[in-house]
Amino acid sequence: MGFFEIFDISLQVFDSTIRLATPLLLACLAGLFSERAGIFDIGLEGKMLIAAFMSAAVAYVSGSAWVGLLAGIGASMAFALIHGLASITFRGNQLISGVAINMLALGVTALMALAWFSQGGRTPTLLGGARFQNLTLPFAETLSGVPILGPIYAELISGHSILVYIALAMVPLTWWVLYRTRFGLRLRAVGENPAAVDTAGISVVFLRYAAVAICGVLCGIAGTYLSTAIQAGFTEGMTANRGFIALAALIFAKWRPWYALSACLLFGFFFAIDNRFQNITMYSWLAIFALFAIAAALIFAARKSRLDMAVLGGFGVILAGLGTALWLGVGLDGTIVLPVQLMQSLPYILTVVILAGFVGKAIPPRAGGEPYVKER
Amino acid sequence: MSLMKNLLGAAVAVALTAGAALAEPAIIFDLGGKFDKSFNEAAFNGATRWAEETGESFREIELQSEAQREQALRRFAESGSNPIVMTGFAFGDALSEVAGDYPETTFVIIDMVVDGPNVRSVVFNEHEGSFLVGMMAAKASESGTVGFIGGMDIPLIRKFACGYVQGVMAANPDAKVIQNMTGSTPAAWNDPVKGSELTKAQISQGADVVYAAAGGTGVGVLQTAADEDILSIGVDSNQNHLHPGQVLTSMVKRVDNAVYNAFSEGPGLETGLQVMGLGNDGVGYAMDDNNASLISDDMVAAVEEAKAQIISGDLTVHDYMSDNSCPAN
Repeated sequence: MGFFEIFDISLQVFDSTIRLATPLLLACLAGLFSERAGIFDIGLEGKMLIAAFMSAAVAYVSGSAWVGLLAGIGASMAFALIHGLASITFRGNQLISGVAINMLALGVTALMALAWFSQGGRTPTLLGGARFQNLTLPFAETLSGVPILGPIYAELISGHSILVYIALAMVPLTWWVLYRTRFGLRLRAVGENPAAVDTAGISVVFLRYAAVAICGVLCGIAGTYLSTAIQAGFTEGMTANRGFIALAALIFAKWRPWYALSACLLFGFFFAIDNRFQNITMYSWLAIFALFAIAAALIFAARKSRLDMAVLGGFGVILAGLGTALWLGVGLDGTIVLPVQLMQSLPYILTVVILAGFVGKAIPPRAGGEPYVKER
Repeated sequence: MSLMKNLLGAAVAVALTAGAALAEPAIIFDLGGKFDKSFNEAAFNGATRWAEETGESFREIELQSEAQREQALRRFAESGSNPIVMTGFAFGDALSEVAGDYPETTFVIIDMVVDGPNVRSVVFNEHEGSFLVGMMAAKASESGTVGFIGGMDIPLIRKFACGYVQGVMAANPDAKVIQNMTGSTPAAWNDPVKGSELTKAQISQGADVVYAAAGGTGVGVLQTAADEDILSIGVDSNQNHLHPGQVLTSMVKRVDNAVYNAFSEGPGLETGLQVMGLGNDGVGYAMDDNNASLISDDMVAAVEEAKAQIISGDLTVHDYMSDNSCPAN
């Protein structure tokens, strides 16, 4: 394989990474706002799903993708407010409310799609302006002749739907709102210590509702992206657990916006790899080396506490054992085939490793999951 | 209280005898629902055709959850419906539990084999239909590379893939087939976004005809194929109309014929295994106005010849499920 072939393939994989990471990123930032304000939200999936349906249905009826986007955001916000009502006003259990929202969205979208369009829980195919088309950035055509940089600009950076650029712009925006504005400071404080915020005379309820509403908007964009940008219509259950993967990415990112970007890109990259290559053939010495390196890193990281030693150390020993078995079984000059299932499960394995404490502790907002009660 | 009990008992008895007297046929649709534009809808169409032709009526239920399978079967059986048709392999376990308890009732299960003196198991030779569309794919391809995208990685989908590859190879021995499965969990049936990405990945590897046997995921495959201006092949029902002029053909399973036959034959239908293949119009490729411009006479001639050979037994298409392996790749 020559350099240009490898370059081409990596370009395609990175292009796919961006498309796959976008809905994760939006949902992840949505969860970030909500959880930073102390409201756990496992209903990301449900909000994306209702937004995917509403945006596709309204875009089809109105013929405009932008009207669809507004409808998607509206539907997602309505669900977000239900979650807010249950968990802020009525101080219910946030996990249960989130589960309820996921189930409600799954049922409601299928039912409404069937009643509205009778096409087996689908919306009709969106054509023309009812769908977000891919944008070609200025000079993409002219620059595409330039070696290396040309294709990178023309294929990787240009040629995505506008929602992709919106999602990417949300990262610095989220950072700025959370860390550089008064609102952001209060929002973070309300997730750590709501009583202190309340003592300062600021409404905890208002801040939490605001966070939940922002979460609704972002989930709305995520769902709309799925059904009217990469797809041309809604299909039942089309979010396919992306909301939960976004939650994993949120933990992986330790509730920080820039980390969220890298976590989502990393997960998107794994998915892109698994789409592009079904089984990866690899030199065994490389695999053995990688296994030993990861095992050593894990054991090195496990020295910190006893729990880590049990979990990470154990994991490291298993990996080292696997490496040794490979060495003895295949030898250094053979090749091994990595099954596609391994690539598919990598994001989850990584999350488990993170949860176990590797790469620093992932500490959730202190008041997360607890309804705020003013006086006891 | 006891009066109430007696009344209720009498009411139930009346209801039961009334049901038994009618002996209407019944059909149970699987979780996708009867308007799924695919498998269940085809079954529904077959039942409706029978009802329109005979002027009689049938009973039906759309399942809402896994737990209802056995319940629905028992309810129809106890109310005297006969025969009872169910769509989908997922009924296998429930039916083997229930069938023995109602020896007087005849059951028909589609896409699955269940043993029992009162059970007819209808299976389709998907590999034969896939073989034919594979030949068409190879003939329509200009790059010599075609793709296959399966839903959940189960033997049934491998059977589609294997028949398809054999067909491609029969028409063009130098062709290359790229195969992808969407996933290994049931979520793989409903992930059009991943279907799109897999299609794009296959296109970047040179594929210019893609066959999707992936349920809802296939919608994404057909969409992306149309967006990127390559050809696609639909599955189960005729999906040519989804993107007119851009879906080469569809590998159709005539579930409607299976249901229609069962209803027509009535309670005394012949039980045992019934194979729906090319010979008895159980599987085939879809031709209509939407794809007429894509199919050349040469293609039809070659496919029809192969079809005749398969029916006469001169040509055998290997069935993946017979030994869980595929001779072609």
